[in-house]
Amino acid sequence: MSILILAEHDNASIKGATLNTVAAAKAIGGDITVLVAGEGCGAAAEAAAKIEGVGKVLCADNAAYGHQLAENVSLLVAELGKDYGYILAPATTNGKNTLPRAAALLDVAQISEIISVESADTFKRPIYAGNVIATVQSSDAIKVITVRATAFDAVAAEGGSASVEAVASAHDAGNSSYVREEVAKSDRPDLTAASVVVSGGRGMQNGDNFAMLYSLADKLGAAVGASRAAVDAGFVPNDMQVGQTGKIVAPGLYIAVGISGAIQHLAGMKDSKVIVAINKDEDAPIFQVADYGLVADLFDAVPELDSSL
Amino acid sequence: MKVLVAVKRVVDYNVKVRPKSDGTGVDLNNVKMAINPFCEIAIEEAVRLKEKGVVTEIVAVSIGAKVCQEQIRTALALGADRGILVETDVEVQPLAIAKLLKAVVEKEEPKMVILGKQAIDGDNNQTGQMLAALTGMSQGTFASEVVVEGDSVTVTREVDTGSQVVKLALPAVVTTDLRLNEPRYASLPNIMKAKKKPLDTMTPEDLGVDVTPRVTTLKVEPPAERQAGIKVADVAELVDKLKNEAKVI
Repeated sequence: MSILILAEHDNASIKGATLNTVAAAKAIGGDITVLVAGEGCGAAAEAAAKIEGVGKVLCADNAAYGHQLAENVSLLVAELGKDYGYILAPATTNGKNTLPRAAALLDVAQISEIISVESADTFKRPIYAGNVIATVQSSDAIKVITVRATAFDAVAAEGGSASVEAVASAHDAGNSSYVREEVAKSDRPDLTAASVVVSGGRGMQNGDNFAMLYSLADKLGAAVGASRAAVDAGFVPNDMQVGQTGKIVAPGLYIAVGISGAIQHLAGMKDSKVIVAINKDEDAPIFQVADYGLVADLFDAVPELDSSL
Repeated sequence: MKVLVAVKRVVDYNVKVRPKSDGTGVDLNNVKMAINPFCEIAIEEAVRLKEKGVVTEIVAVSIGAKVCQEQIRTALALGADRGILVETDVEVQPLAIAKLLKAVVEKEEPKMVILGKQAIDGDNNQTGQMLAALTGMSQGTFASEVVVEGDSVTVTREVDTGSQVVKLALPAVVTTDLRLNEPRYASLPNIMKAKKKPLDTMTPEDLGVDVTPRVTTLKVEPPAERQAGIKVADVAELVDKLKNEAKVI
């Protein structure tokens, strides 16, 4: 069966989540085609052609696909996707925005955020904030799927030599337009791809105190995350939120500081390899999932940890 | 303008659900049910738009068993003007829900449809986008701010890298993110008044929609258990364990 993957990219390069999605496609098996839709996205298409396991790259370079508005890109995906057995995208905000729209245009269901491929039509996915794992089987002719990146090991970004084909078709639904974007700047690793994540919660008390976590994160080469409580309180921006409705992470080491461990937060980090919790409440639910728990005041423990590294 | 708000009855977000031991489903006996938190935010946004004079009528719609009336009554108590229940005992999946909502949209002709970004039971995050596709409407997903100006709506969206602002022609579909607003509580007098507000009931057959599931759940199971951890006495022991036992730093 042939597989079409909608690439996550920024016109210049391919984002890491695409590599995990290619891994899921390899688990399904079949010829893999990557679609790069954007404006001035030639460099991203060249990068996609180098991904291990990719057979072909379709480059849809058109003003209508600038900023990858769902109204336009979904029409393109639905048009091209008719000829494929599977349409995949990473479960990023972009994939989640566009793919269900394309699925409905093709009159097929979507299976969201798969964590494993059991067979050609059967997949596992978490429901109820990750408290239940469902094994689901699709009866649709075209299987439209988003992939939870942390559940699949990324394939190599280099080593492939796919051909790049230009796609001429331009779809402009004409009912939406891009106004502006505010990108949160950070020199630290990307939260969803980092091997170490340090997260702060309500216990941090204010945004200034996050400086302690930034210092610790810099020593560990870590990304910094947050609980919903910390975001809602305005300590840090929302793109740092880890949880059921924020980002899903699964680093080698996750350090939760001043986070109680609500169901919704655990949904975003409990697949981390090693979890450390620093909390002064010894009954906090976070200790039930932590490999190493330290019952202590974070304002003493974090600086001490920082200076001992 | 008229606004349609979709609400879903789900397990209360504080309940930790468990799969049944035979793996056939999730144990929902005697579990507290509520409006999906994102749907509450959707109702709140519609009510705020009405209070600003932008919206004239709010119609709350829910799809499911007869008991979903409770959630529609809650929406009415929060400020919706009337309710529609599409009653079915079949397990309706996002594509079928989107088709049913499309049929309701064709009857009601709202200028905007507001939904939650995802339901906390299925965690699908599909219905709003699918409804937008089927109706040909524009879509503003994961909204943290909604401003209606004339024939368009400007939506600030929460995206992976920060936030993005898009301008959409009306009619449009908007799905709510957590930070769009803080939902209000229903007051007792409003709960009493809500009992008198109109609530129509229809069926998928009335709307001419086939709701046969496309995806079959073969099995549900609990996630892999984590091995019990240990408590360390101090920072020195923590660093030692991370270096020498877990070997992660």
